[in-house]
Formats: sequence, C-alpha cells, structure tokens
Amino acid sequence: MLEGTTRPPDEVVALVPPNLVGCTVEKVAVNAVMAGCRPEYLPVVLAAIEAICTDEFNMHGVLATTMSVGPIFVVNGPIAVAIGMNSGINVLGHGNRANSTIGRAVQLVTRNIGGGAPGGIDRATLGHVGKQGFCFAEDEAGSPWNSLTEERGFDRSQSTVTAFCGEGPSLVMDQLSRSPESLTRSLAASLRSAVSPRVVLGMDAMLVISPEHMARYRDAGWDRSRFLAELTECLMLDTDRIVAGADGIEEGLPPELAGHRLPKFRPGGLLVVHAGGSAGLFSAVIGGWKNGPGGSDPVTREITP
Amino acid sequence: MTTTVLDPTAEQRPATRERTDRPESLSGLTVGLLDISKPRGDVFLNRVEERLCAMGATVVRYAKPTFTKPAPVDLRHEISTQCDAVIEALAD
Repeated sequence: MLEGTTRPPDEVVALVPPNLVGCTVEKVAVNAVMAGCRPEYLPVVLAAIEAICTDEFNMHGVLATTMSVGPIFVVNGPIAVAIGMNSGINVLGHGNRANSTIGRAVQLVTRNIGGGAPGGIDRATLGHVGKQGFCFAEDEAGSPWNSLTEERGFDRSQSTVTAFCGEGPSLVMDQLSRSPESLTRSLAASLRSAVSPRVVLGMDAMLVISPEHMARYRDAGWDRSRFLAELTECLMLDTDRIVAGADGIEEGLPPELAGHRLPKFRPGGLLVVHAGGSAGLFSAVIGGWKNGPGGSDPVTREITP
Repeated sequence: MTTTVLDPTAEQRPATRERTDRPESLSGLTVGLLDISKPRGDVFLNRVEERLCAMGATVVRYAKPTFTKPAPVDLRHEISTQCDAVIEALAD
C-alpha cells in the first residue's frame, strides 16, 4: 500500500478529530488496506483526510451532530481516470472499487485514529448509508461546463478531492422538460426542500446533474454561470410561506422575517457536479449541514503523488 | 516465517485521573453553566441557575461561540480556574 505514495511512512498527514491524534501515512495505509483500497488510491485517501481535518470542514462537528450528515468526496482531474473511478452508471452507488473504498478508508481513519465512533462522539440520530464511505468522480469529459475543480480555484490539469458535508442523495425526476428554463424551475423545486423547505441560507447543497439533464443546457448554450444565475432567481423564496406557523407548520423562520424574499442558498452555497449514466432524465440533490465558520465549509485539496 | 500485525488504531490510551470528591453541599461553591449555544438552551439554564442560587451556590454563566465546534481552549481554561463544578446542557 505504501508504494502508492512517495510520502514517507512516518509523515504526519493531519491531526484527526475528534481526539486530534497525529495520523501518519503508515496508519492511513493500514486503514486503506482494511477498506479494500488498491495502492494507487492512497494519494486520494491522504488528500481526503487532509481536507476533512481542517477548521473549515470541522470534522468534529460533522461527527457530533445529530443530523444525518457525513463527508462526501468528489474526485476531479487525471487521477480519477487513472485509478478507474466511476463517474457514470450508478455513480452514487456501488460496484466500483475505488469509489467504494476511498471514502471507507477515510471513515476507518476517523474512527480508528480519531476516535469518532457512533454512540461516542458520533451522535447522529439516523445517519445515512453514505457515512460508510461516499466518494465519486465528476464526469468532466462529458460535460460542456467547467469542472468542479475549476470552480474551486484549481486548474483542470490538477487532480483534486473536494469534501462536502452532506446527507444521502435524493432523486430529482424530470422526464418531460425540454427547455432549460423548465428544467431549471424543476430542479429548483426539489432544491427548495434540501434539508427542509423551511431552511434558507444556513445550509449548502450539492446538485448532481446527469448527462441527459445536462443535454438541455448544452443544446441551449447555457454555461455554468448562466445556469446558476437562472437557478438562483428560481430559488428566491417568499418568507411568508416558510415562517413558523405558515400552512399550519410550527417549524420555520422567525415570524418577524415575514414579508421578505430570501435566497435558498448563500452565494457559492450550491456545488454543481456532472455525473451519472448516459440514459435517464434524473439528477440528485444532496442536502448539506450548517455552513460557514459556525459549521462546515466545503474544502478542496490537490491530490499529489 | 514471521507475521507482523499492524495496528489500525492510534495506539493511545486516555490518561485516567481520580474524580474530585462529590461536595457535601453546593453552598458557597461556584458553579459554571456552559451553554452550548443551541436555541432555548438558555431557558433551561436560567431555571437551573435559579435552583442553584437557592441552594447557596454562586453561578457563573459561559457560552460556546457555536454549538458545532468544541469549546475553545481558553474558555475551558477559564471555566476550570473559576469554578468548582460545571453543568453543560444540550437543548434541542
């Protein structure tokens, strides 16, 4: 396993929460073996651990929360192809060794090295199956848009892993929209319910757009910025509909916020990734957790040999 | 043939310390109430403070900057040097 990296075995990769234990490359390798990784996956695992062991990602809080969230990893760049990661059919599911084991290795490190076991620091009420390990690659070659890694400030030639704190994916079905305007409104309708229809601004989300949905935007000549601008407008919410007590639901914004229009997401609070099988008019929404300095922000790290 | 077994854990054991003796009474003691900053946690702690004061304790209130992260080291040090006992509450 250690042959998968040029980094020395005794190098400390990160202080792993919650116990803030210094974790060496060798310890990561041991857990990667247990997860079923091949040696060539190790650089991705190391970068993923570096990403979550930051103050921005706040892995301690991600573990400790009662919400059903965990780290989700998106791999971009040449390494995703080189190690055979899946960005196509069943991309968010099983069946690919790299996708299945990289996130699993990170989870084992968090538990075995950091001490973050369910029932201990991990207090999730329900959890989700992706907490076993949730990692996939973006389909960059098939996308007309710039990639997630470029959105995150890296060059397309670089390999990166982006850690996002999120729930399990929720399917968005739209089989009839033929215009980008209609599909955008349809995606927005599902995104409004990310985490809760009553939550605005405080939580991010990830949108995984499948190739057939992406075709609507390619055909119409919409680039990522046009899409995001149109989507953001569709996600302006009348607070009268989501304050506490509206529609007989006690959950909601403080009543004094009635009479406003607020965006569902903060600027940059929606990560958009292109992935999935070439057939099927579906996309997926992955709800996030509390964002910003008082929560968890997405973190991207370059993957180095 | 020699088999080497590698340990996937941190190979650390937490230090153990004797518990401080339980006080006979809270009268005259300083009790810290650490609010983790969840909504309505203050409602619960206000009532606890009333009860503790009635028992003769001096109450000092603290709060974490955010419930999503551990209490800062400086805050923990402040509490440990100012209080005889601490109550932390979670209210959802």
